[in-house]
Amino acid sequence: MELKNAVAGTLESGDIMIQIGPAAQGLSIELDSSVEAQFGRQIRSLIAETLQGLGIEKAQVKAVDKGALDCTIRARVTAAAVRATGKDVWKD
Amino acid sequence: MMFVPGNNPGMMADAHIYGPDSIMLDLEDSVTMAEKDAARLLVYNALKSIDYGSTEMVVRINPLSTPYGRKDVEAVVKAGVDVVRMPKTETADEVRELEAEILKVEEEIGCPGRTQIMAAIESALGVVNAYEIATASKRMMGIALGAEDYSANLKTQRTPGGAELLLARETIVVAARAAGIACFDTVYSNLDDMDTFRAEVQLIKTLGFDGKSIINPRQIEVVNEVFTPTEKEILKARTIIAAIRDAQAKGSGVVSVNGKMVDRPVVIRAERTIALAVAAGIIDKEEMI
Repeated sequence: MELKNAVAGTLESGDIMIQIGPAAQGLSIELDSSVEAQFGRQIRSLIAETLQGLGIEKAQVKAVDKGALDCTIRARVTAAAVRATGKDVWKD
Repeated sequence: MMFVPGNNPGMMADAHIYGPDSIMLDLEDSVTMAEKDAARLLVYNALKSIDYGSTEMVVRINPLSTPYGRKDVEAVVKAGVDVVRMPKTETADEVRELEAEILKVEEEIGCPGRTQIMAAIESALGVVNAYEIATASKRMMGIALGAEDYSANLKTQRTPGGAELLLARETIVVAARAAGIACFDTVYSNLDDMDTFRAEVQLIKTLGFDGKSIINPRQIEVVNEVFTPTEKEILKARTIIAAIRDAQAKGSGVVSVNGKMVDRPVVIRAERTIALAVAAGIIDKEEMI
């Protein structure tokens, strides 16, 4: 799936900012989080799983986490992906 | 009913901790056009994942006439929201259009009839059509006043005493009561003036409203204090209910309590006092019976 560069989310407490862009192969996820030691693996896995659910296998992702819940991470990754692909998850 | 911006995940995660009866996640005025898509996804995922307990969950969608309204309906109905709040409602046809849109999504996911509707009345035309709006659908659970847009539409300003809102407030209460649904007053947005806020809550309780819209957890305590019956009121209500039951057992529909006649309307008011005390958690439900 062809991607443009896109961003979603903020740097406010409880949020996560997701930047997404095209990649030649695979998913690369760069994560900056104050809870990286405790939850880094889980956050990366959730980002990857959300993107794969949207059919995105190749992308470069930068995530700056400010203590976001799983539901927020899923929402922000989806919003960034929708903006990057131009393909919405809701009916037009 | 506490308003929470639909694009603020921190507030959305914490809102229920403060114990509002109802939370309204907003996709409309508090969200910029550039963030409508992201807010819709946040609200959808929050409703699907966060345990809001027994708090009633409401989402204010964008009008169906905008490019966002139908997608908002799809998202929030699929997420299982309790109530869809329709903004700037002016006619019964608009409610029926929303009902059809909700039903379409509900049928797609196999749960027809699950979602309720609340209509916000925010214009002179909406006030004129209040009863038709209130009775436009079986899904209607309440109507609410949106005073900022209404005041602008009237070509006036909001004042601390609220004289400019009196007709709208009374019309909305009467329409809701005639339709057998709930009615909710507008927000008061000056958080530094709690005295005027308290006076406004007392006024709208006197007018007959079921509740007040709020924008900050600090306002919850004041609303609960004003709406929660006092011990004296509860004692009086219990005495009235006991006296009328005693009278009915003896075949009479009217009785005297402390020298005052008690008949059906007095009993209805006493029952509402007890119901409010139960809702406020200061007496048990069993004590109602």
